[in-house]
Amino acid sequence: MDRPIRVLVAKPGLDGHDRGAKVIARALRDAGMEVIYTGLRQTPEQIAEAAIQEDVDVVALSILSGAHNTLFPKITKLLKERGADDILVIGGGIIPEEDMPFLKENGIAEIFTPGTPTSAVIEYIKQHVNRAV
Amino acid sequence: MVDKEELEKIKRKKEEWEVNQRQKLLTKFPERKKDFKTSSGIEIKEIYTPYDISDIDYLEKIGFPGEYPYTRGVQPTMYRGKFWTMRQYAGFGTAEESNKRFKYLLSQGQTGLSVAFDLPTQIGYDSDHPMAEGEVGKVGVAIDSLYDMEILFDGIPLDKVSTSMTINAPAAILLAMYIAVAEKQGVTPDKLNGTIQNDILKEYVARGTYIFPTGPSMRLITNIFEYCSKYVPKWNTISISGYHIREAGATAVQEVAFTLANGIAYVEAAIKAGLDVDEFAPRLSFFFNAHNDLFEEVAKFRAARRMWAKIMKERFNAKDPRSMMMRFHTQTAGSTLTAQQPDNNIVRVTIQALAAVLGGTQSLHTNSRDEALALPTEDSARIALRTQQIIAYESGACETPDPLAGSYYVEKLTDEIEKRAFEYIKKIDELGGAARAIDLGYIQKEIQESAYRYQKEIESGERVIVGLNKFQIEEEPPKGLLKVDPAVEELQKQKIAKVKEMRNNASVKKTLEALKKAAEGDDNLMPWILDAVREYATLGEITDVLRSVFGEYQQQIIL
Repeated sequence: MDRPIRVLVAKPGLDGHDRGAKVIARALRDAGMEVIYTGLRQTPEQIAEAAIQEDVDVVALSILSGAHNTLFPKITKLLKERGADDILVIGGGIIPEEDMPFLKENGIAEIFTPGTPTSAVIEYIKQHVNRAV
Repeated sequence: MVDKEELEKIKRKKEEWEVNQRQKLLTKFPERKKDFKTSSGIEIKEIYTPYDISDIDYLEKIGFPGEYPYTRGVQPTMYRGKFWTMRQYAGFGTAEESNKRFKYLLSQGQTGLSVAFDLPTQIGYDSDHPMAEGEVGKVGVAIDSLYDMEILFDGIPLDKVSTSMTINAPAAILLAMYIAVAEKQGVTPDKLNGTIQNDILKEYVARGTYIFPTGPSMRLITNIFEYCSKYVPKWNTISISGYHIREAGATAVQEVAFTLANGIAYVEAAIKAGLDVDEFAPRLSFFFNAHNDLFEEVAKFRAARRMWAKIMKERFNAKDPRSMMMRFHTQTAGSTLTAQQPDNNIVRVTIQALAAVLGGTQSLHTNSRDEALALPTEDSARIALRTQQIIAYESGACETPDPLAGSYYVEKLTDEIEKRAFEYIKKIDELGGAARAIDLGYIQKEIQESAYRYQKEIESGERVIVGLNKFQIEEEPPKGLLKVDPAVEELQKQKIAKVKEMRNNASVKKTLEALKKAAEGDDNLMPWILDAVREYATLGEITDVLRSVFGEYQQQIIL
């Protein structure tokens, strides 16, 4: 039997808005995934470290402060440096459309904005997760 | 309110109506849905009559505006006297840019300022701290030292405006900076009007900008209460906030319950620190959310006022009526705004703002239509302010106090919210009070459950959000959103370097050492912080001193 998909839900940056992160974490768990939530104010280094230590398949980043262009690419860069760029990295929060091409060029597979049903995130992860079966 | 005989008649008549009218129609046309409920899950009946509120004693539970239990408002004339303060939360980028936005808002008829600080400022990091990277000036203005604060209020006479500052963990430092700017303008602290949020308990459960552990945080708060009661008597020393609790997913009932439970914790802490209740309680203020469920929201505001009056009188033996008056600010609900068809948000904000006005708010912030996408543009911020002005001048909602009083439905809901919120408070008391309930994760868990339920209701279609899960359209991505210039971070770093070069570094060191010593003892810290601020010690330097003594709060992670 497949082992469940493992997801790290992470809050980079300083904003304390974790309603979305927690709702997503719950929904992914209800969908049968194993979910680890980092808590607030995680540095890119802490997130990359946790992703590798926990051997996750997916990192789901949530940010609402506007610091995504600075922090998201740092995380994907750190994962790549440590040979963990097979981890699917997705992001969510208040992220303007015009920032998306830049984030996608920098290794963020998909961005989900307010109003996205959790089912869309679950479906996306199932279809795009890279892992050895 | 109606005599017994009359009530019996109404009851009989209602039973007849049920059989002859309603049931008959229902066989042909069933109702839209099986259950009718408020957003808090309170069941809504098929009709409300005098019978539903026959147990509510008018004089005891409703009364008159300006009189205990303040259900109908805290002033006798309410908006017949003057409108609420129209106070739009603003601030971004540098102090220079925010100063311009403040002057613009004042020129457009806004009557009070409300300062948004960026996250590094709220968490006590200078703009050149590694944790601040990418965050400087993003969600508010960056303040690193008194120098920035002087620029922020340049040309704004502090004895003429009232200023609300959304600052919590480092509230003492920002208040000290405000006092110091006033001094430079020749304004003494007793002339200052305004509010600091200073509500740390809700930071632990909902908003996240905590720094220190619970104990030292409560000490800083009571230090501020004491200092202001002596030197800044018109200042609102705390804004006990349900807003963020609601944004995090709480229901209306939970918003009232958890906010008042936090309020009780602050009053208890201050009494324990030796303050007399009537010395500080008149300066306590509150901050609520206004959601879409119009009648439940109005009932919520009325219930909250009545409950606080009762708590202060019966639980804390307050004697001064001002200690029993719940004065509050309201902001419309950011979490109800949709990124889809953003212009629809103007209508949502209108309903929410109307709820706040019908609920008797003392000041109001109306959100801008584009806030699910970015910080508001100047255009959007103006429409939001105009929404308040239209309600004030055109709607007729302000011509008599508490116009929904006596509505069978609203009075019943007010009563029901009060009952349910008091049950929660009882539960929290049994756990050992709000601070303990937070340490146990009880309050966080309750809020998360509600948030998850709400999301599931949207996804199942049980809860309709127009433009989101019904009446959708294909849309172009919105244009012209506000963007904060990333150069702000560099600018702030340069300003810090300049300040550190120009100030007397020996004096800074001396005041910081004195502050450390005071923090290790039991002194009121306000005068020591003020000394350091006057010497241009930075926010980060002052916070670091306190961190070294108090330590930092470790977040409870609950899923």
